[in-house]
Amino acid sequence: MEHTTHHSEAHHGHDTHAGGGTKEIIKVTVILTVLTIVELILGFWMIGMPENMKRHMIKATIIVLMMAKAFYIVGYFMHLKHEIKNLIMTITVPLLLFVWFIIAFLADGNSYKNLRNTYDRHHLEASKEKAKPAEHHNSHEAEEHGKEEKKPVE
Amino acid sequence: MWYFLMSDAFTFGAFLIAYGTTRFATNGWPDPNQVFKSYPLAAETANAPLVFVSIMTFILIISSVTMVLAVQAGHAMKKRSVVINLILTIIGGLAFLGCQAWEWTHLHHEGAWWGSNPFPNADGTNATTNFTNFFFTITGFHGFHVFSGVIINIVMLIMTLCNVFEKRGHYLMIEKAGLYWHFVDLVWVFVFTCFYLI
Repeated sequence: MEHTTHHSEAHHGHDTHAGGGTKEIIKVTVILTVLTIVELILGFWMIGMPENMKRHMIKATIIVLMMAKAFYIVGYFMHLKHEIKNLIMTITVPLLLFVWFIIAFLADGNSYKNLRNTYDRHHLEASKEKAKPAEHHNSHEAEEHGKEEKKPVE
Repeated sequence: MWYFLMSDAFTFGAFLIAYGTTRFATNGWPDPNQVFKSYPLAAETANAPLVFVSIMTFILIISSVTMVLAVQAGHAMKKRSVVINLILTIIGGLAFLGCQAWEWTHLHHEGAWWGSNPFPNADGTNATTNFTNFFFTITGFHGFHVFSGVIINIVMLIMTLCNVFEKRGHYLMIEKAGLYWHFVDLVWVFVFTCFYLI
């Protein structure tokens, strides 16, 4: 921000650091729209698909598209791409911590699930109980009415 | 502003990572296409997953674009253009909040709230309340950011109309408000993907 402040105060009145002006804005808008539409197409494609490798690949693709959208919003709409290098670094380097956060925490969650399923038979059995369908929510998957009480699993 | 946004990014990141961890640690999870399948005027009968939320997403993207245009007009010292684009951005923000209010009301009518989850898991098994807890907390926190963004934009609009920036000689405050507004849009990109798509 400091950089832009000095810059614009020095010669305010004309665009000092916006890349391509209105043309660039239109381009980025089109890119964001297309990426969102592709995400939605993938989302519709996933409906009803079982949890297999193919579905996981689609989910991975959606996450890649999400990162691309984030890049265009931060880079062009927030014009971080046109700031000086030091500002870009002080913002992006701390955010790299997220890479570790995500890997560590998701792996931890997964390991907790596996340990619990292995050593706590009751938890595993309880999580296989079918839910009784709610009155106003016609779920076609929940056919069994075995359990009267709907008790939380955890 | 950038450093405030970075700290806010860590807050949202922590929320979403907590959501992801819980999801990885649970055996079953509700299918978002079963939960979010309605839209206004046909709340009970609709079976249209993703439709309403994609409208919300586009509203937010378009309001981000008008905000960029307002910032650019500010650079060029065009007061009229700044005012028009700020008004459009405020309308977009209010439209998004309206959509979210409708969705929350609808889900509440279906029995979903903090601590109560009427939706079974995708495989038909009993679900925990984690799904609704995370959904309402994270979209609520994001909605509050949208709300504060709208307030900030309204303040900017009033200041522009009072010629504050004309007298000051530059529209840098609009640029800072713009950064906040784009951040709100950015967070929605992540929330939308994590809750509705995956």
